[in-house]
Amino acid sequence: MRTQTVDALTAVKEVKDGDTVLVGGFGMAGMPVELIDALIEHGAGDLTIVSNNAGNGDTGLAALLAAGRVRKMVCSFPRQSDSWVFDGLYRAGKIELELVPQGNLAERMRAAGAGIGAFYCPTGVGTPIAEGRETRVIDGREYVLEYPIRGDVALIRAHVADRLGNLVYRKTARNFGPVMATAATVTIAQVSRIVEVGELDPEAVVTPSIYVNRLVEVA
Amino acid sequence: MALDKNELARLVAGDIPDGAYVNLGIGQPTSIARHLSPDSGVILHTENGMLGMGEVVGDEQADWDLTNAGKQPVTELPGAAYFHHADSFAMMRGGHLDVCVMGAFQVSAGGDLANWHTGAPDAIPAVGGAMDLAAGAKQVWVMMTLFTKSGEPKLVPACTYPLTGKACVTRVYTEVATFHINAEGVRVAATYGIEAGELAARLDVKLLP
Repeated sequence: MRTQTVDALTAVKEVKDGDTVLVGGFGMAGMPVELIDALIEHGAGDLTIVSNNAGNGDTGLAALLAAGRVRKMVCSFPRQSDSWVFDGLYRAGKIELELVPQGNLAERMRAAGAGIGAFYCPTGVGTPIAEGRETRVIDGREYVLEYPIRGDVALIRAHVADRLGNLVYRKTARNFGPVMATAATVTIAQVSRIVEVGELDPEAVVTPSIYVNRLVEVA
Repeated sequence: MALDKNELARLVAGDIPDGAYVNLGIGQPTSIARHLSPDSGVILHTENGMLGMGEVVGDEQADWDLTNAGKQPVTELPGAAYFHHADSFAMMRGGHLDVCVMGAFQVSAGGDLANWHTGAPDAIPAVGGAMDLAAGAKQVWVMMTLFTKSGEPKLVPACTYPLTGKACVTRVYTEVATFHINAEGVRVAATYGIEAGELAARLDVKLLP
């Protein structure tokens, strides 16, 4: 379906209570702050958020957590020097945490986007992460069965888009964006600039337009 | 004399083979980068999607779209490459990284690594990329103090903290000794300001001659 260019609030209007939302970014690099602000304004709650961290400082994901909209965090690294919002909610028993090793977080979303039913992964073998999980020895090495993580919505930040929705990113702000874009029913990309079709070098496109449903330009 | 943090970082840097692709964990291992010679051709990987990472810079030079695994601003070296997270961890898991250096709470004589969770009931667990690195890098080196603040050894017969990875650590660099670990056991490769006898007496781990 053709990618739409809309304002942030319009972009997130179909997010429903109870949805799973994939949120890009590694710390604040690549975090779609304006889309999250729109989600807060929109009002959906009881959300499951999948993101590498559990909010930094008081903006972006931390603001969504502070607004009480998140039931569960799925992430690899919630504990940081500036994760006071999450820390408070967690210690008060007001938020559920599913801790996932960072590479499994990425690969489980990649699997969802690529139509893979499950995969055997060596990460976490012999650790508490693997307890009670199905394992298998392949060629003498032990692996843990991992299932895909799908999102109802992905909120990501890229650098430049063309009007079709092809995306290029900037430096390490790329991080989870390209993977999350493939793993959600609806992918919304916040970009610094939208250019006309034909202006992006096709060899340089990182996320092809097929994965992007909505574009929001935030200068 | 025992090594200070700076000397320990320089020691580890000197042991990294020329041309190696290396991941330095957050915290102390990050400081190893300062001691790598530009002639070494060592290429640093950062889990958040980059090869050819340069040095940590201050806020005035910061580009917040260019950060390391500890979310500090860094620079980009000539020949750098960016990639997304699934590719970054495929690089680790696929056995393409030559060396990773991480900190640790404990390392066992069998090379088990514990560095993500103390297991304390009020601790918020956070694992990041540590388990992926432990499972994937060709060599996992640990850089840590050999004893806790209360004097308990951190090189132990079996880890009491939750594991990050099993039988993955091949070297342990500490302020008083460097250890090599393989299937036969633990061997002391060097000591710094401590007699071999005293070192053996303070550890519960059997040391190979």
